[in-house]
Amino acid sequence: MPIPTPFHSRTAALCKSHEWRDWAGYLAAVTYEPTHEREYWAIRNSAGLIDVTPLFKYEISGPEALAVVDRIITRDASKCAIGQVLYTPWCNEAGKIVDDGTLTRLAEDRFRVTAADPNLQWFEDCAFGFDASVRDITAELGALALQGPLSLEILRKLAPHAEIEKLKFFRQLETKMAGIPVEITRTGYTGDLGYEVWCASTHAEKVWDLLMDAGHNYGMLPAGLAALDISRVEAGFLLADVDYFSCRKAVIAPQFSSAYEVGLGWAVKLDKSDFVGKKALQQEEQRGSQWAFAGLEIDWPELEKLFAEFDLPPQITGRASREGVPIYKNGKQIGKVTSSTFSPILKKYLALCTIEAQHAKIGTEIEMEVTVEYHRKKAPARVANTPFYDPPRKRATF
Amino acid sequence: MTYDAIIIGGGHNGLVAAAYLAKAGRKVLVLEQRAVLGGAAATEEVLPGFRFNTGAHDAGLFRQEIIDELALEKHGLSFISSPVAAFTPRLQADAPPLILWNDLKKTAETLSAISEKDAESFPRYIEHIRTMTAMLDEIILRTPPNLFENRFADLTPWLKSGLKFKRMGKQDMMAFLRVLPMSAWQFLDEWFESERLKGLLGSTSIFGSLQGPMAAGTAFMLFYQHLGAQNSGLASSRQIKGGIGQLSDALAAVVRAQGGEIHTETPVQKIVFENGVATGVQLQDGEIISSKIVISNADPKRTFFELVGARHLGPEFNRKVRAIKMKGSTAKLNLALSALPEFVNAPSGQEHLQGHIVICPSLEYLERAYDDAKYGRFSEQPLLDITIPSLLDPSLAPEGKHVMSITMRYAPFVSKKADCEHYGNHVRNKIIDTLADYAPNLRDCIEHSQVLTATEWQREYGMTEGSILHGQMGLDQLLFMRPIPGFGQYHTPIENLYLCGAGTHPGGGVTGAPGRNAAKEILKKR
Repeated sequence: MPIPTPFHSRTAALCKSHEWRDWAGYLAAVTYEPTHEREYWAIRNSAGLIDVTPLFKYEISGPEALAVVDRIITRDASKCAIGQVLYTPWCNEAGKIVDDGTLTRLAEDRFRVTAADPNLQWFEDCAFGFDASVRDITAELGALALQGPLSLEILRKLAPHAEIEKLKFFRQLETKMAGIPVEITRTGYTGDLGYEVWCASTHAEKVWDLLMDAGHNYGMLPAGLAALDISRVEAGFLLADVDYFSCRKAVIAPQFSSAYEVGLGWAVKLDKSDFVGKKALQQEEQRGSQWAFAGLEIDWPELEKLFAEFDLPPQITGRASREGVPIYKNGKQIGKVTSSTFSPILKKYLALCTIEAQHAKIGTEIEMEVTVEYHRKKAPARVANTPFYDPPRKRATF
Repeated sequence: MTYDAIIIGGGHNGLVAAAYLAKAGRKVLVLEQRAVLGGAAATEEVLPGFRFNTGAHDAGLFRQEIIDELALEKHGLSFISSPVAAFTPRLQADAPPLILWNDLKKTAETLSAISEKDAESFPRYIEHIRTMTAMLDEIILRTPPNLFENRFADLTPWLKSGLKFKRMGKQDMMAFLRVLPMSAWQFLDEWFESERLKGLLGSTSIFGSLQGPMAAGTAFMLFYQHLGAQNSGLASSRQIKGGIGQLSDALAAVVRAQGGEIHTETPVQKIVFENGVATGVQLQDGEIISSKIVISNADPKRTFFELVGARHLGPEFNRKVRAIKMKGSTAKLNLALSALPEFVNAPSGQEHLQGHIVICPSLEYLERAYDDAKYGRFSEQPLLDITIPSLLDPSLAPEGKHVMSITMRYAPFVSKKADCEHYGNHVRNKIIDTLADYAPNLRDCIEHSQVLTATEWQREYGMTEGSILHGQMGLDQLLFMRPIPGFGQYHTPIENLYLCGAGTHPGGGVTGAPGRNAAKEILKKR
């Protein structure tokens, strides 16, 4: 049975839809209003406030914390300055992904890692033989994502002296809001300008109230997972258990993915010191990967035609879909769509897929299976760049 | 200069591996931290004139194949056999003595005074256990297949074993599969009624492990120990002339005769490697010696966590190595005796003292001894397995005097420093008190004593947690799972680093098999 997050008294009161989902053992609102649409538009046009407490959070500290972190992740932690955040995957000895998340360097010898799945044992195993300790701080920290073009304005109102406008993309600062110590990172899962606010779970309700008050005049809305899911597909972000399986859950060979195969080759630093999976990844890099991660744009007029054969308008879910769908080239299956959504802001039907590496070139024409009135059809689609939606303000300096 | 192979540890397996490699023309160097060779199979002059087998009692399990292939007898190795396998002292003077002889008829005779039924069953039991051990005998000198990779070449030698297994016939095949995972208690209960006999026979079942005879899988060790037995039903009762150290000396002589080098008092600090390939060793004094390959005779935990370093190995691998059950449970008391102890129920003469003298009146006694150990204490009423090798080999003690070696179970490894301090003394007193009940004149005979508990095995002999077997020999830590699944072929994640100690297949005991198997694997590859 999922447990409430520290914000639950507030989120529950606002959750008119009564639609909750179990996210990593916590109750998470899917939508607050009966449909997600206003929440999505808040994220894209003003700001959305999302309870992201269910992310697993760990603190790795001690004299050799850097060495431990560097052993775990595929990116180079030694290049992570204090107050910097890195998005990174981590792999097992075979180079297959264990999980992905963010790494924040809180001090010379102290790091925080977020993860989709429990990782305490893995991190402890990686820390064995090092002078460092790993602590699960998931329950100690409340986390809220404030995402959208007006997020900066809202935060500035609450922490006017913190110079949040100077906070660069993937950086962190510590400040106070109405006397409450909080941490702010310029990170998020929507691909827009956005921040995440971290506070002691004992202060969670107060911090929520402050943000809701401050956001009121900016059209900010609390946003649920349905709106977040559309945004993250537009942003081209991976979702564990959907777009890939952790090597700890995979049971047959095709279910394992290397860091390269999920499009995170850019985050694999083979020139850094030894890390778990390096040897296997080195070999894969030389050999070439079997699979690639890609974005797809489905040809809407062609899709309309498929439905028109049955006198139907295109029927796709209003929400992002996590259904796996086969994709084809010349009649042969070449992979699968793992997430898809109609993008309200781009007015495009988008998908994320795992595709045979030789077909992953941008612009490659392929086909995606669609079921129209119980008939299997193939809609033309084109491999496209991700992120699909990438406003300059996401990483702009102000 | 570069060696072809450096062997870390001059225990018997290290020396066996070195001898085979040297014989194959490889330039080898053996590095031993102690002054004497042999590791836990050494003979040491603890007191002038008294030469003790400080670790293992005897080398009854040592493989004849190795003796022949290395011509060890030409290098000074010879055995002395005792007609008696075991004698069990009793507290009551009028109790009939229980003696196991290597002569089946004589055993049946003594048994009939205890139980007619058991006397009748005994020859059939011997036949049965021989059938069971024949299967073990078959696989001891084979490298286990790597089941993760399913290479046909790994499996072909096992086809022969498979055929042999099939030739056992359906009934014995079934029996073999049935008895292996049994407890010694359950197994012996099916054969005998005498608690004394079951206690004596079952006393080998917990050799080197922290388990009681009621634990599943303990029947396996009964069979393993029986590999060295003749017809006694127990374990080996042959000793090496001059002490077990003669075995190491003979092996060392082979190594040297082939141009190999052996350096004692040369402790290795760490294994040196570059990009995951072992290139040599660094001595404690800082000197680096390079070598094409490095072979560690140290136990897996010591090899990987101290000599290599956990940080250089993968977290999944480390987790498996950490999970190896090691905890030692064996203490050894070596006594220099001015005269022979007199046991209250002893028959006349000294013959009965020439084999093992075992204090284990019943399996329940043994299980209760384990109960203490289960909670971290040494046994209030311990199992004692005693030998007086000077009876058959007077060269081991001054004239008229004797050396007595007592193996005591259970004295579990204690990790807290405060507990270690007086542990040895407490264990020593416990052993002497226990034995003095059976041999009242014991205390008057003691000239000197040396006690070795798991603490000393770890500190002085380098065996992690004092595990004399380099890891328990439960069914979950055998064959391709020894030391850990996926690494049953003497190789390690570090290229050119191999293992050759008791932590690998087939396991502990002075067999020489791990050393020989490792050398064969290495020679196959290089």
